[in-house]
Amino acid sequence: MEGFGVVLSFWVLAAVTLVSAGGVMVSRNLFHAVLFLITTFVGIAGFFVLLSADFIAMAQVIIYVGAIAVLVLFAILLTPHAGRDNGETRMLLPALLLSTCLGAVFIFVIVDADWRTISESPSVGVRELGSALLGTWALPFEIASVLLTAALVGAIMLVRSPEEEAEDALV
Amino acid sequence: MTLNIEQFLIVGALLFCLGLAVALSKRNAIGVLMGVEIMLNAVNLTLITFSRFGESARPITGPTFVVFVITVAAAEAAVALALAVSVYRNRDTVDVDRLNFLKS
Amino acid sequence: MTLLVFLASKNWYDIRDLSNISRVILEGLDRFLPSGIVYVVAVLLGFVASFLIFVLPSQLIVGVYGERKIIGRMQSRLGPNRVGPKGLLQPIADAIKLMQKEALTPKFADKAVMWVAPIIFVAPCVLLFAVIPFGPNMIIADIPVALLYFLAVSSIPVLAAFMAGWSANNKYSLYGAMRIVAMTISYEVPLVMALMGVVLFTGTLSLQEMVLWQKSNDIWVVFLQPLAFAIYFICVSAELNRTPTDIAEAESEIVAGYLTEYSGMKWGLFYGMDIGYAIAASAFAATVFLGGWSFFGLDKYIPPWAIFIAKTHLFYFLFIWTRGTLPRLRLDQLMTFAWKFMLPVALINLVVVATERMLWQELTDGKLTQGYLYLFAIVNIAMAVAIVYAWARMLGYSPKDETPMRPRLFNDARGYVPVVSEKGGR
Repeated sequence: MEGFGVVLSFWVLAAVTLVSAGGVMVSRNLFHAVLFLITTFVGIAGFFVLLSADFIAMAQVIIYVGAIAVLVLFAILLTPHAGRDNGETRMLLPALLLSTCLGAVFIFVIVDADWRTISESPSVGVRELGSALLGTWALPFEIASVLLTAALVGAIMLVRSPEEEAEDALV
Repeated sequence: MTLNIEQFLIVGALLFCLGLAVALSKRNAIGVLMGVEIMLNAVNLTLITFSRFGESARPITGPTFVVFVITVAAAEAAVALALAVSVYRNRDTVDVDRLNFLKS
Repeated sequence: MTLLVFLASKNWYDIRDLSNISRVILEGLDRFLPSGIVYVVAVLLGFVASFLIFVLPSQLIVGVYGERKIIGRMQSRLGPNRVGPKGLLQPIADAIKLMQKEALTPKFADKAVMWVAPIIFVAPCVLLFAVIPFGPNMIIADIPVALLYFLAVSSIPVLAAFMAGWSANNKYSLYGAMRIVAMTISYEVPLVMALMGVVLFTGTLSLQEMVLWQKSNDIWVVFLQPLAFAIYFICVSAELNRTPTDIAEAESEIVAGYLTEYSGMKWGLFYGMDIGYAIAASAFAATVFLGGWSFFGLDKYIPPWAIFIAKTHLFYFLFIWTRGTLPRLRLDQLMTFAWKFMLPVALINLVVVATERMLWQELTDGKLTQGYLYLFAIVNIAMAVAIVYAWARMLGYSPKDETPMRPRLFNDARGYVPVVSEKGGR
């Protein structure tokens, strides 16, 4: 991929995404951490547009920014006396060590491998995605819908108070 | 002035490691969930990168996989947050250091 | 899609196609500037053309002045009529008043988030106008997933409103923020389903292609799928926090909801973008449902952007009309309405539309002729009324309980006194 605009937008998006992910790690306020998480999601959506997967980019914004981030914010609101200071456990140093080593292994493999790449993007549009989801991958699609229903029912069941369960009981 | 596959993959790898650090080191359970979401996003980025740059007989497999990963991430976030709220209601804390009730 | 023959010429003075002007400007600039910078100029020009020339005057004239005047007339009072001739300078007076007010920040509020929230509220509104077609060549970004782009961008200001409410360190703001978020995410689901019904017929997510489909098939989607239009209208007015669903900034209930701690031009940005988003939603509805810039062939003679602007303001008048007529609903009534009524009706609509699309495919052997669309339109209008009526009855709503008593007055020595009969006076 060439062109001044493309390269510039890649570096800007990379900077925004990585700095926001770092912000989730180091920010002292849990709410600011969620805002940095949202910026990370939007940065990843930008990457998807850069990689010609525009449907996935829009789906990312709708689902992650529009729904999951809202869910996280609601969970923070519903746990008022929990620690809002976004502190770390005692495992901070081992975690950093592990992630650094893992990052080093990844970067070594990526730089060292001989990637056989194609230069122009394959045409994958919404139409092909639709026929793939309802054709070749129909079974995982249906199982995903069952999974979502199970998650919905499970999440509602987990947060019911005992009085609500008592009044809906069958016996 | 060109972009290779390696630059995208390095961004994905760094994001994954940052997410791993967040998930392993946060005290709040919701912070751990945020780290997991960052890791899943890094995985999505890597999948789409390979779908764009790699040669393949069926290039639609990449975005299809990403659709499923996003779906599963959404379901898992919902259940994890419901668990966190439920634990908070019973024990008045979501601090993962203090949730050690199985310890004798 | 069939090619259209558009009689507007390529001359720069042909105002029926304003892209001629922008093309001449950009080609002229391309000779002077270094290569690539002209794209930045193109983006700025697009922003100026779409937002500053179209939206901002619409916002000021129609949104501020027109809305208050029309609502005033609907409520048997004059609207603003002091400031200019017939009150026409009212929006400018509002803007000047807001700019000279002090923008207070509470002491314990989160200053950074409070400063960022209006910015995140304004930016998606400007971004929305990048994909809306004003004419056959007058679109800034003709992306193939424009409808999803609209849905994605319109779910960002919810977060901005939540940030605004949370950062003010005020429990009324937090109540307003939570209510607005709960309401918006509830009404997004029927909205997406109604739009998916439209996409099934037009076969594309791109807004320019939708307008071309409506133009080539000589039918507007509002006649083809009136239930989808009604669902879109209700859900979008709930997302925009317009009365009857404006519990977020209900002035009589929770001071000003999530805007309590905002004053001066920060509040002015929120208020202006309230109208701006309404105009964006109207423009989107005019494109998808009402036929965009096409008008059954008249768009060769009348400038298509004028037709489009007229349709946008027509849809915006529907917003004003509902605001002047209906009282505000309660939060639990809104939630019940969204989940128990809107969502099943949208689902039934989607099933009916999908069946019709398959029938269309089968009956015409894949050629998708136009004649069946009129048949589907008649069937859909009948089914819209039937589905709404049947589902409302199934939920237990019966119109007999809701009719208010007509007041009967009796001419007594004390004047007119109401008659109270034992049977209830219906």
